[in-house]
Amino acid sequence: MSGILIVAEHEGGSFKKSATELLGKATQLAAALGTSVSAVVLGDAPAADLGKYGATTVYQVGGDFSSYDPAAMTDALAAAIAQAQPDVVLAPASYAGKDAIPRLAARLDTGMATECTDLRAEGGAVVGRRPLFAGKLYGDVKISGKPAIFTVRANSFSQPAAGGGAASVVAVAAEAKALTKVLERKAPSSTVADLTEADRIVSGGRSLKTAGDFDAVIRPLAASIGATVGASRAAVDAGMAHHNEQVGQTGKTVNPTLYIAMGISGAIQHLAGMRTSKVIVAVNKDPEAPIFEHATYGLVADLFEVAPKLQAAFEKALS
Amino acid sequence: MKVGLCAKVTADTDARLKASADGSSFEVNGKVVVGPYDAFAVEEAIKTKEKFKCEVVSFTVGGGDDVVAQLRGTVLALGADKAVVVSDPALAGTDSLGVARTLAAAIKKEGCDVVFCGKQAIDDDNVQVPAMVAELLGWAQVSRIVELEIEGTDFKATRSMDGGVREVVAGSLPAVFTAERGLNTPRYPKLPAVIAAKKKPLETPDLAALGLSGGDVAAKAVTTAYGAPPERPKGRKLEGDVDTMVSELVRLLREEVKVL
Ligand SMILES: Cc1cc2nc3c(=O)[nH]c(=O)nc-3n(C[C@H](O)[C@H](O)[C@H](O)COP(=O)(O)OP(=O)(O)OC[C@H]3O[C@@H](n4cnc5c(N)ncnc54)[C@H](O)[C@@H]3O)c2cc1C
Ligand SMILES: Nc1ncnc2c1ncn2[C@@H]1O[C@H](COP(=O)(O)O)[C@@H](O)[C@H]1O
Repeated sequence: MSGILIVAEHEGGSFKKSATELLGKATQLAAALGTSVSAVVLGDAPAADLGKYGATTVYQVGGDFSSYDPAAMTDALAAAIAQAQPDVVLAPASYAGKDAIPRLAARLDTGMATECTDLRAEGGAVVGRRPLFAGKLYGDVKISGKPAIFTVRANSFSQPAAGGGAASVVAVAAEAKALTKVLERKAPSSTVADLTEADRIVSGGRSLKTAGDFDAVIRPLAASIGATVGASRAAVDAGMAHHNEQVGQTGKTVNPTLYIAMGISGAIQHLAGMRTSKVIVAVNKDPEAPIFEHATYGLVADLFEVAPKLQAAFEKALS
Repeated sequence: MKVGLCAKVTADTDARLKASADGSSFEVNGKVVVGPYDAFAVEEAIKTKEKFKCEVVSFTVGGGDDVVAQLRGTVLALGADKAVVVSDPALAGTDSLGVARTLAAAIKKEGCDVVFCGKQAIDDDNVQVPAMVAELLGWAQVSRIVELEIEGTDFKATRSMDGGVREVVAGSLPAVFTAERGLNTPRYPKLPAVIAAKKKPLETPDLAALGLSGGDVAAKAVTTAYGAPPERPKGRKLEGDVDTMVSELVRLLREEVKVL
């Protein structure tokens, strides 16, 4: 084995949570396979710091990658991989992970597995386990090309503790050629995590009835525990929440530690997006609602009565 | 200008799935449809045809009577001029790269200038094929678009990224676009069009007709050990009045599962 290479994403010079999460898992896998861990960083970021989480070498591709283009990212990653010669590449299943990484796999003529929720070492190789059919079925993916590429769903692995020293940084020169140009970037003015990365989510359903109620009940409840707001499609279709906030088969797939479903029935298409949440709390006044079959804790109650009390209890508990 | 679109016929979202006892295969129970994201791609292709008065060709890898019936009843009935359905025994065990290589060869043969895909197929949920097609053709790609303007050979597309971020990107054709929900509102086929679509051309080349061999589509990613989703620990309903349930919930979140 010539090692496991992780793609470390960063924004404005700070590494994303996915970078340390992948390093933690890669370190475990490398120990089982008797190999080492390296990382690739595009552009300006404190590359040597990744040593604290187990990267021995960091390949840092020079240039400005602040504006994203999948072809340019493919050029840069391919150059780093040519130098590092890894057997395995792990990348986050972020927007770029789902856009540039398959392009990279085609460039390198190798196979890849998308959005794995588990990785294990077996027979001297890494095997990825991943959901299919929106999580109704799971399968193992084995890859015969080199490198074997896996993208990983956020929050699938725990954050490693920092230790170790600085990584050695190898500068990589790449001719990264963008085929598109970003003209404008519109980011929502929010400080909470994106749904797909969020650790806590509070979602509301059709039962909220109006955007006013959704704003008055769900948003402050979410804010009380720093959670990201989610919604069922019924709530989105009724104009109570934005489409970006939709959880489910035709919305976002989420994987938080805590998912609170307020007045959501638990339709199969909604479950498809959130069933891997570690702890699910359901508040629904119908004791027969399907969501209860999946809920760690169920409250058969009126959400309008529960929400303010729960919010007060959260605020007290976290103060 | 010639418009291409990639349409995969898959099990519907409410299909029931069951892995075989040994995990080597699975059974799908439910009807097949052109995937929901592919439906946005179809609509965008038809809108582009209306604007440029050009031809639309749809591409599908993997045939069968139900696939052909679906394509006739939807894609061709909605306005695609021709469907290309690549069928070959060697495609049975292929992976995304094999599918992409086949699509790229068929697209090249037709000489398309722009290709629309769904952002993901709802069976394998791979999110791989369109980017691979773009790479194999050496084209630009913009994924998860919610807005598109094409003027001449220049385009401006808005993509929906993580965290509610939207970016407007510009580039030149040829390009592959993948459709996100919100790009457009797919129309429904009308009965006369469905009937007329029965006479539209539908070609079924094999790999050799596209200049490919079985080896070109040999899988490098193989899925095995199919099984049910990991089981969740059994949950429970809390008892008592709302105040009791709320304080019990907060206690459990802090002490039992330690997530607060
Ligand atoms: C192709 C396709 C794709 C889809 N994609 C998605 C998707 O991505 N995401 C998604 O969410 N859905 C999706 N759906 C829709 C899905 O099938 C359901 O219709 C939707 O999830 C229902 O939303 P809901 O639970 O908010 O509403 P309902 O199913 O109407 O449920 C409302 C629930 O609220 C409860 N309730 C009402 N009032 C109160 C109260 N005062 N207090 C407590 N509980 C109360 C009710 O008992 C009920 O259980 C899709 C459907 C299709 C066909
Ligand atoms: N077998 C196929 N035939 C035609 N188009 C496909 C096929 N597989 C994937 N695609 C296209 O690629 C998109 C993404 O598929 P996937 O990468 O499998 O998630 C789909 O929405 C289709 O537009």
